[in-house]
Amino acid sequence: MAKVSKKKASKKKTRSGGAEQSNEGHPDVVYDDEKEEDATDEDITVEDEDEHDERKRQKLLEAIGTLSGKRKKTLGERSEAAVHMSEFTVNAEGEGDKVDLSDLIGSIAKTPGLSGKSKKRLKNLEQSRKTIECPLSKQESERIRRDLAFQKVSKEVSHWKSVIRQNERAEQLVFPLNQEPSGPKPIERVVMGWKAQTPLEQEVFTLLSANKQPINDPILTPTEEASMKAMSLEEAKVRRAELQKVRALQSYYEAKARRQKKIKSKKYHKVLNKAKSKDFQKQFDEMVKRDPAAALEELNKMEMARMQERMSLKHQNSSKWARSKAIMAKYDEGARKAIQQQLEVNKDLTQKLVTSLNKEEEETMEEDGNADVVPDFVNDAEQGLDFSNPWMTGKLSQDCVEKETSNAVTIRAEENVAEEEEVEETEEEVLLREFDSRRKRRQAQEADVAVILMEEEEEEENKDASDKEEEELSEFTSLFKGIAEGCGEADTAAELEKELKIRCLEDEELLTQDKEAEEEEEATDKGPVVPQHPPATENGQKTGKSRKRRKGIELKQVLTKGAQVLQVPFAPTIEDAEDSEGKLDQRGLIKEAFAGDDIISDFLKEKRKQEDAGKPKVVDLTLPGWGEWGGGGLQPSCRKRKKFRRKMTPLPPRKDQHLPGVIISEKRSSSIRLHQVNALPFPFESPSVFENTIRSALGRTWNTERTVKKVTKPKVVTKLGAIIEPMTREELVKDKNRASAGSSSSVKS
Amino acid sequence: MKVKVIARNPDDYVRETKLDIQRVPRNYDPSLHPFEVSREYTRALNATKLERVFAKPFVASLDGHRDGVNCMAKHAKSLSTLLSGSCDGEVKVWNLSKHECVRTFQAHEGFVRGMVVRYCGASFFTVGDDKTIKQWKMESPGYGEEEEPINTILGKTVYTGLDHHQNDPVFATCGQQVDIWDEQRSSPIRSFTWGVDSFSSVHFNPVETELLASCASDRSIVLYDMRESTPLKKVIMTMRSNTLSWNPMEAYYFTCANEDYNLYTYDMRYLAKPIMVHMDHVSAVLDVDYAPTGKEFVSASFDKTIRIFAKDGGHSREVYHTKRMQHVICIKWSADNKYILSGSDEMNIRLWKANAAEKLGVLAPREREAANYSQKLKEKFQHHPQIRRIARHRHLPKTIYHQTKELRIMKEARRRKERNVRKHSKPGSVPVVSEKEKHVVTVVK
Repeated sequence: MAKVSKKKASKKKTRSGGAEQSNEGHPDVVYDDEKEEDATDEDITVEDEDEHDERKRQKLLEAIGTLSGKRKKTLGERSEAAVHMSEFTVNAEGEGDKVDLSDLIGSIAKTPGLSGKSKKRLKNLEQSRKTIECPLSKQESERIRRDLAFQKVSKEVSHWKSVIRQNERAEQLVFPLNQEPSGPKPIERVVMGWKAQTPLEQEVFTLLSANKQPINDPILTPTEEASMKAMSLEEAKVRRAELQKVRALQSYYEAKARRQKKIKSKKYHKVLNKAKSKDFQKQFDEMVKRDPAAALEELNKMEMARMQERMSLKHQNSSKWARSKAIMAKYDEGARKAIQQQLEVNKDLTQKLVTSLNKEEEETMEEDGNADVVPDFVNDAEQGLDFSNPWMTGKLSQDCVEKETSNAVTIRAEENVAEEEEVEETEEEVLLREFDSRRKRRQAQEADVAVILMEEEEEEENKDASDKEEEELSEFTSLFKGIAEGCGEADTAAELEKELKIRCLEDEELLTQDKEAEEEEEATDKGPVVPQHPPATENGQKTGKSRKRRKGIELKQVLTKGAQVLQVPFAPTIEDAEDSEGKLDQRGLIKEAFAGDDIISDFLKEKRKQEDAGKPKVVDLTLPGWGEWGGGGLQPSCRKRKKFRRKMTPLPPRKDQHLPGVIISEKRSSSIRLHQVNALPFPFESPSVFENTIRSALGRTWNTERTVKKVTKPKVVTKLGAIIEPMTREELVKDKNRASAGSSSSVKS
Repeated sequence: MKVKVIARNPDDYVRETKLDIQRVPRNYDPSLHPFEVSREYTRALNATKLERVFAKPFVASLDGHRDGVNCMAKHAKSLSTLLSGSCDGEVKVWNLSKHECVRTFQAHEGFVRGMVVRYCGASFFTVGDDKTIKQWKMESPGYGEEEEPINTILGKTVYTGLDHHQNDPVFATCGQQVDIWDEQRSSPIRSFTWGVDSFSSVHFNPVETELLASCASDRSIVLYDMRESTPLKKVIMTMRSNTLSWNPMEAYYFTCANEDYNLYTYDMRYLAKPIMVHMDHVSAVLDVDYAPTGKEFVSASFDKTIRIFAKDGGHSREVYHTKRMQHVICIKWSADNKYILSGSDEMNIRLWKANAAEKLGVLAPREREAANYSQKLKEKFQHHPQIRRIARHRHLPKTIYHQTKELRIMKEARRRKERNVRKHSKPGSVPVVSEKEKHVVTVVK
């Protein structure tokens, strides 16, 4: 049975296949044929045939009739019918004969109204002798119809493709699909849904309607409603984003202002104030041009402030504080400065604004301002600060330096022309060398006497060369020297301190090495360093480094040797007695508890064992007695032993080669293997991708709350007790809208 | 003396009320958590084990039919209502939340072949072996009233299946041909025939609502468009399909339950090859129904089991069976995606959970979070052998277990033979036919 059916099926297949070919190839052809059929329907009876004399005669008569008068046509027709109808059988004359095309067209040749083109076409038609194909069988035509319908449907269904794909990719799907937004409904809707039911309510409503009060109590006025509608969700979002931005900017500015306010630098503030005043000046000028009234007001305000200041003399040196400072000012730099500042404030306040209106007045006022009650020496000092000593102002003006250096160069050129190389050197270089030599000298003094001697010899040469310049630049260099030496001193102080600290630390940590050993180490550390004559700073750094390294607690030393050196007395500490005792107790306890454990050395031993186990071994494959004499006391021959001793190929270097505190086992462990993935799972394409997915932890132990929420979001969420309806066409429309919005936005961007 | 004190702001660790959760400060620096993967693995393993511990899918059994349950219908608007028709022509309406029958009446002589609830939920249709289509009210008749159909259509032949349009007053029946009916008329508005004598089921597409598909006894699945006068296309398979189900979320996918123990998911545009073959049953598959989310479907089989498949999974993720459940004839997935209903030969309707280990009812937020987390963990480590082994482990009845084994051996033998034939014949003369292509005989236009 199965066989038969299969055969049938195959037959069908072949047939259908054939049909497919014929149909699929030219679906249009079918239509064409049909059209042709339609077109030729009228001509279907056209065939070659002889004419009848009778008909000819009739035609002739007709033609004559048409020539002579009207309304003969109908008559002619009727006459024809009458002629050909017999009484007994309805037998038309033309039956069995076929009408020729020429019969129909013949008269056309004579009619003048027809164009030549159509005549030609008719002639062609007359000559063509093709028969049209017979119509398709029912099965065939149905198949075609089915095929077309299927194509249409599948095209229609394919619109869902994007929706389906999107749902497949979605991180989370929430069912039912078109849920109403949760939360309270708008009040209007609730109100609209409500109807008067009880008689009382109905009465009230009739009253209301009689008085033309709003029945469906509009909560919002129409304008409000419109405004509500006007601001859609997206607009609101945009607006919110804008507001957020503005707020953020404001907070930035505030923070900036606060920061600027906090800056203590006087210079900065001076510059700032200057800029501000300049700005203000500019604005004021503009205001004068634009709005004179406002400018005048501003001017009045300032004038008022000035008057008040002048009246109160608040910032002048008449106050108690100012007087006391004035007394101190002779001896104290700070007091002098304070007074100066106050005076400046006063000056600022009492200063008249520079306007074209009252310049002269202002000048006089200024003179007045200068002539104040301050003791002379204060002003003197100020002037001295300003002009006599440029270094005191705090800025090393470039001009000054250059001037001096140029002077020095000219002088030197006059004095000794022989030292041309030196002349070529710039002043800065000279200075630098100066400093270097000084530093070196200091370093040498500190480090070693022998080295000092050697260095000093070198230095002497330098010194000879630079002595004279030194004299010339005495003033300049002395200043810097002072600073440099100060620095040097600080350095040494710091070093000392550091050393002290280290000592303390060492004591604290009870590092049990002897001091001598340590010093020896230091010596060995220093040993190679000193003879190289590196710059002092470098040397210092190095020693510092080495000390730092020692400063850290070395686990090995502490743990391995701690147990053995229990009875060593504790070095003096800077800690309080109680504290140290407490520590001692605890430490002692711990030491006692772990007295027998030598963890580190155990670990090292373990590691060495593992390393040894992994090393390639020599395998002896000799079989005694094979190929030679065997027996008790006989050794296989040397040659044989050499031949059969195999050395295994060395393994690749261990992974923990450079990790002293780690043992990485490269052996496969059967207990772990049970839990390991042994083949790359299906959707992954490379092991690294798979490993990455495993590596990232999901739990809240390793992630923030928000991340956990995001990561553990379930793929499908359903609402409890809600019916999930199948997807509707609205989704398709939504998707289309989304797509169009997306495309438009992309175009915009 | 220096006294060192750690200063902390109490706001960081003191709870406002004792009902608050204790705040646990954590340092998320990954360098401090070198064993995070192994810890998560352990958690995943535990979660998998717990899932198996809590997997108790059977909820309730509804008994009362006096013959095998032949068909069921979900209510369109109410989750707690279920209709069932049995082989003796009796129809019962059930209240699922109370586990009780609320209405019983004799609808037909002989089998109730098919039943469907109208989209509004106010009435339902049944077809039976007595060649009639009857429309019934959903409400039970008042005291003293007789159970009478609103409408009865007498047909010429037996109707074997029935389905209603998603949102129009139009329904379709199948028997010797597929008929489309208007609810107001007593004769079909359209009939489709395509040289076959009997159809076993017909189903409307819930998304593209004008499309239908039917399973015919000549091993074919035929597609129709209600608006056209002819069928669209049909695919002939090696064995007969018993029924089919459209995916309610994906317009062009449907799955058919076949006599050859498999289910096939087709894309209706490309019928030459199913996009997925779902195997695991060891006997003919009698019914299939999609989950309303369209992500999974459930199948009922003659082998007395119910299986749940992912829509793109070749093997089932779950199998349900009980000692007493016989051949499962009809199956439905509830409209809230939570339950499965099965009607079987031994006159019972059973209610199952769709997710066996899921806790029913409302979850506390923390509970839900924990469930989500463990779900993700299971997903993350699903490829690890131990976890996979535990997650996949199901106890099966002895017969099914042995049959599965037997089938596997048979399949392996067939494959081996084919391979050997290929090896000993001219290269290219024995082509490799994939499992998907193997079951389709031809597509007829």
